[in-house]
Amino acid sequence: MSGGRLFRALLWGALAVALVFLALPLVAIFVEGGPGELLASLGEPGALDALRLSLQATTVALVVIVAVGTPAAWLLATRSFRGRAIAITLVELPLVVPPAVAGIGLLATLGPAGLLGGAIAATGLELVFETAGVVVALTFVASPFYIRQALAAFGALDPALIEASRTLGASEARTFARIAVPNALPGLVAGGALAWGRALGEFGATLVFAGSLSGVTQTAPLAIYERFSDDFTGALALSAVLVAVSAAILLGVKLASGARVLGDARA
Amino acid sequence: MLALEPGHTPGKRVQRRGCRWLQREHTPGALTLEAHHTLEALELDLCLEVGASECLALAGPSGAGKSTVLRIAAGLAEPKRGRVICAGEVWLDSERGISMPPDRRRVGFLFQDYALFPNLSAWRNVAYGMDGVARAQRRERAVALLERFGIGARADARVPTLSGGERQRVALARALARRPRALLLDEPLSALDTRTRASASRELGILLREARVPAILITHDFEEAALLSDRVAVIDAGKVVQTGTAAELGAAPESAFVADFTGAVILAGEAHSCADGLTEIALDGGGTVRSTGVAGGGVASGGGTSGGGASGRVAVTVHPWEISVEPAGAAGEGSAQNRLTVTVASVSPVGNRVRVGLLAPQPLVAELTDAAARRLELAPGAVVVAAWKATATRLVVR
Repeated sequence: MSGGRLFRALLWGALAVALVFLALPLVAIFVEGGPGELLASLGEPGALDALRLSLQATTVALVVIVAVGTPAAWLLATRSFRGRAIAITLVELPLVVPPAVAGIGLLATLGPAGLLGGAIAATGLELVFETAGVVVALTFVASPFYIRQALAAFGALDPALIEASRTLGASEARTFARIAVPNALPGLVAGGALAWGRALGEFGATLVFAGSLSGVTQTAPLAIYERFSDDFTGALALSAVLVAVSAAILLGVKLASGARVLGDARA
Repeated sequence: MLALEPGHTPGKRVQRRGCRWLQREHTPGALTLEAHHTLEALELDLCLEVGASECLALAGPSGAGKSTVLRIAAGLAEPKRGRVICAGEVWLDSERGISMPPDRRRVGFLFQDYALFPNLSAWRNVAYGMDGVARAQRRERAVALLERFGIGARADARVPTLSGGERQRVALARALARRPRALLLDEPLSALDTRTRASASRELGILLREARVPAILITHDFEEAALLSDRVAVIDAGKVVQTGTAAELGAAPESAFVADFTGAVILAGEAHSCADGLTEIALDGGGTVRSTGVAGGGVASGGGTSGGGASGRVAVTVHPWEISVEPAGAAGEGSAQNRLTVTVASVSPVGNRVRVGLLAPQPLVAELTDAAARRLELAPGAVVVAAWKATATRLVVR
């Protein structure tokens, strides 16, 4: 009996340690700076530019990820074909590749001297040191988060729903749009939120591939890095905004889908 | 003629007959299906024909391939070799490389758990399959269909708020909304509780009569099959082992499985032929019964395949309503030749009758009226005599 009590105490203790460890640094950002100082340093040139750029680039990246990732995940979830396991592993690979390595890889592929550099240049598109390059880096790093979650959400659908739709005269495309996506929506939204969060925090790949040009490729995390050695308050201010925006998105997603999304996408 | 040569099972006979249907001119409006397919442990090899407004019940143990047959008909599964023809339209012909996708076969498929779309309201589920109906009229049509099943008031309800019975009706309405050329029903009543089953079964009967299209109904329940279908095909291990009306199956089961499915009592024993043309069976565990049947012949009265008698391992089958219960020590002056002294194991009322479990020592079940059970003062432990006629005793080779 006392063994059971001890174990329960251990469980609560572990949760308390985890919560304090995870929450305290985020709280400290607000406490350390003080609201007045934080607001003042946001007015500084470059800070708002970095935030605006971050929001724009992550939004475009998310649109690309969802537009391509959703049908790709549907295919992976509903078909068995030779090389499916390899395809899934390839999709997941960016999850474990260090971001700086991702940036080098992108340079070696899409950079001026890269594999596809000539083709890219021929289209007149500039990626390196351009905002478009930021979007490419964010998409590369964040898409596995969405595709994995979408794959799980589609895989958890009752196959009878899909079959019922087909026997009711709906083509596969109509079944996908009217049955599969709506019923997998909680999982898809969760995946989108995860991917967006990952893109918002992206640092290494963006820095290596697109550089850190203020107003062009300098996203909020890059701006924070630039400030933290000589303008710690400025870094704190930007950090505080990122924490607030991320928390708001997380909360919004949870509320929108009945507080179950990030907990259990299969529900 | 008990011993059938190996390979000549009744199933093969039925199957060959079924396949010939496909060679002949197609019966107008009928659904014919021929499939040869190996799926993991299951080797599917069968032919079925369902008449233009006939309902064929498909019965068999789990894993016999019943659901696969429906899925092949609907195009949700494709056999290695096979043909599906519905109302003259070729849905599948593997030899000619024809395989119509499921959305182009006009079937009304009722899934075991109904598979209603949780993201759509009841009426939108029904309207989902309507093609050629103007957008503005869809709601009206869907609600009218729901009203026919008595749940018009639930048209705007979301699926998670529907009860099991309501779901079944929405699913039926949805299957009909497409004006199907064939109905495929996968255990349509199994997801319902016993209270809802009776009314749902009535509704299903109405649907089957009104639809006037070939229907295949998978069921585990003989009464359901007898009530809803015109003909029953029993399949086992991917093959049709017997087809016939429910009454024919009940009267002349060709295998122990069919006998069991029809609710008959099955007793194992050793058969010997007698001089008078009857077969005498020494039951395992004691007791002897006599039968006019010949094992495998399937005709209880012995007509047509009479003579001979039988020998070897057999299963004796008799229906619970053919067994009468008499007090122990009764003279037994009636016509019943089979009289076993048995112990009452259980007495349970079922509807307007009583099912009495008996130990002979093999288990037996007799069905009596309530009044008879009371008159005999039946209670567990009582010793009585179970009696039935040799002509009601069917034999099946083990």
